[in-house]
Amino acid sequence: MPLLEVIDLSVSFDTPGGELQAVRDVSFSLDAGEILAIVGESGCGKSVLCKAVTRLLPDTARIKSGSVVIDGLSLSSMPERKVQKLRGQLFSMVFQDPMSALNPSLSIGAQIAEAVRVHAPCMKRSEVRERVLELLSLVGIDRAADMYKLYPHNLSGGQRQRVVTAVALASGPRLLFADEPTTALDAGLQTQILDLLRDIRQRLGTSTVLISHDLGAVARAADRGAVMYAGKIVETGTTEEIFYDPRHPYTWSLLLSLPSRAERGRKLHSISGTPPTLIDPPSGDAFAPRNPWALEIDYEQSPPMFRVTDTHFAATWLLDPRAPKITPPIGGNDRG
Amino acid sequence: MAEILLDVRGLTHRYAMTSSRSVTALDGVSFQIRHGEIFGLVGQSGSGKSTAARCIMNLLRPTGGDLHYKGVDLLDPKQRRENRRMLQTTRQLIFQDSASSLNPRMTLADIITEPMVINSVKPPRGSMRAEAEFQAAKVGLSPSCLDRRPPELSGGQRQRAAIARALCMEPELLIADEPVASLDVSVQAQILNLFRHFQTEHGFSLLFIAHDLSAVHWLCDRVGVLFHGLLVESAPTTELFENPLHPCTRALLSSVPLPDPRRERQRRLERFDTDTLPAAETLREVSPEHFVLKED
Ligand SMILES: Nc1ncnc2c1ncn2[C@@H]1O[C@H](COP(=O)(O)OP(=O)(O)OP(=O)(O)O)[C@@H](O)[C@H]1O
Ligand SMILES: Nc1ncnc2c1ncn2[C@@H]1O[C@H](COP(=O)(O)OP(=O)(O)OP(=O)(O)O)[C@@H](O)[C@H]1O
Ligand SMILES: [Mg+2]
Ligand SMILES: [Mg+2]
Repeated sequence: MPLLEVIDLSVSFDTPGGELQAVRDVSFSLDAGEILAIVGESGCGKSVLCKAVTRLLPDTARIKSGSVVIDGLSLSSMPERKVQKLRGQLFSMVFQDPMSALNPSLSIGAQIAEAVRVHAPCMKRSEVRERVLELLSLVGIDRAADMYKLYPHNLSGGQRQRVVTAVALASGPRLLFADEPTTALDAGLQTQILDLLRDIRQRLGTSTVLISHDLGAVARAADRGAVMYAGKIVETGTTEEIFYDPRHPYTWSLLLSLPSRAERGRKLHSISGTPPTLIDPPSGDAFAPRNPWALEIDYEQSPPMFRVTDTHFAATWLLDPRAPKITPPIGGNDRG
Repeated sequence: MAEILLDVRGLTHRYAMTSSRSVTALDGVSFQIRHGEIFGLVGQSGSGKSTAARCIMNLLRPTGGDLHYKGVDLLDPKQRRENRRMLQTTRQLIFQDSASSLNPRMTLADIITEPMVINSVKPPRGSMRAEAEFQAAKVGLSPSCLDRRPPELSGGQRQRAAIARALCMEPELLIADEPVASLDVSVQAQILNLFRHFQTEHGFSLLFIAHDLSAVHWLCDRVGVLFHGLLVESAPTTELFENPLHPCTRALLSSVPLPDPRRERQRRLERFDTDTLPAAETLREVSPEHFVLKED
């Protein structure tokens, strides 16, 4: 049985302009000890999806349909009081915005200690302190004893982000949702945090849903990847399948946009056209207007998930047997 | 060679923690940015990059050093007063935490055009609304976002609003602290292309603070490397990437994650041992414009 199972989840916001469909019919599952990366366009619904799963959405959000099961417990129908008990122990979340995730008037040591006690209420004070210092050094904060007493505003952007990660790990969750945990970090620290995620997976069996724009980070840490566009998952596969044999035109465009692929002095590839509107999304494939490989049917009917392998699926009509054969601009092989 | 726009000399800053203890965030940092130049500032987390940005924007008074912008002494209150309007309109900052620094009660349209309203700049495109829509489109924000407030937007949408807000003033000097880290690679590419366009078309200068070295490599003309508040190396971009001399620069360059799962998983994390740094060092020019800290 998977540790996390999300089935047909849809989330909307009622805005003055109409109903904004932030997450549309999303399904995925995660096994114990697995790291799943979610990548996708800014504003496509990644954070809303995670908040919907962990029941942290603002009041203005409406879960229209779907169910979430974590470790056999149905989270969607659970009263808030019970969810609160599970938060921390069963799952925890690293928020995208470190400043708003931390309490500005409490020292960082005290904030991590609070999370440690969720997991071990009877731990002695000195032991809690030891554990906090250990967590700080795990996330690469040197001179942990000096840093213990500092407040969030005394820290640099990257230090704050790592404190948020330490808080989320302090309660020893079995399932971690990490929303952009390494955006503010230099490459060395980024590698250290990603290796930490892999290490706790190895030692403690912790599963992680990792949201990241950094495809290098995804390549290093994730076992599987899910690509989102306009509120939907458009491709899922093992990390190798996504990077070496991508099938969805949106995934192609993402990989083509990497600055490391471009020459200095040449223009960088970026997807042309405007981002999709989530208020009244078109009936066909939302990516069609920006997709140079779009077929006529893309404008009319949204594609189902086509199977590529037992682990690899993509929602594009190009995979229909009747579609014309095209040469993908990238990948298309399994180079080793 | 173009004229110097920003001149930073011996910039030093200590944050006072208690009466007896302080943190040295910047230690005698010097660099210059010329008209129309894009200068990259890189370095480990906590090395002092944002502190330098705040000093240059006069948000923080440095403990020591000199700062000149367009010949104006930025640390002299009298000169600053006399040039207030010029400083406010030609010098813009994109905060590292810009997503959380936006006023949560204002709509995005008002946030983007606020600097124009404050400085009574006449909107070139007729109305403030038209201006907001124009700037939003440039950073890939759909018009439907403009009537929403920051808490009702995604992280990357807020970040793009912060970029649009800074660019609507068409600054001569933009200080951008991690402007694209929270954006997907395609939007990132769009913003980097936009910065390059501003440079070639309007001759604007940019201090680009970033962790993403492939973006730095693509965009910047020259790069400086900070380490624990010290500028350890600076050089034209190609020279720095092809011929890094300081161990800190080498360590930084070797740890870039690659978007390639097989190669990336084989790469070992290289730890850089700070104890090996010699104590007394001076900045020396080893080849044209390539400076590196060396033992005396
Ligand atoms: N409280 C809210 N009210 C209205 N719309 C919202 C709200 N929160 C998010 N949205 C909208 O829902 C969509 C999905 O937002 P989400 O934060 O999940 O994006 P994301 O994929 O995490 O993007 P990013 O990479 O930029 O963080 C966006 O278009 C956003 O504008
Ligand atoms: N308000 C403050 N009070 C005390 N110390 C501070 C304060 N702000 C920053 N520091 C310290 O000064 C050093 C430099 O911080 P700065 O924010 O300039 O780093 P940075 O290079 O921008 O790092 P990052 O890449 O993580 O954003 C850090 O060690 C930080 O802890
Ligand atoms: Mg997000
Ligand atoms: Mg910073």
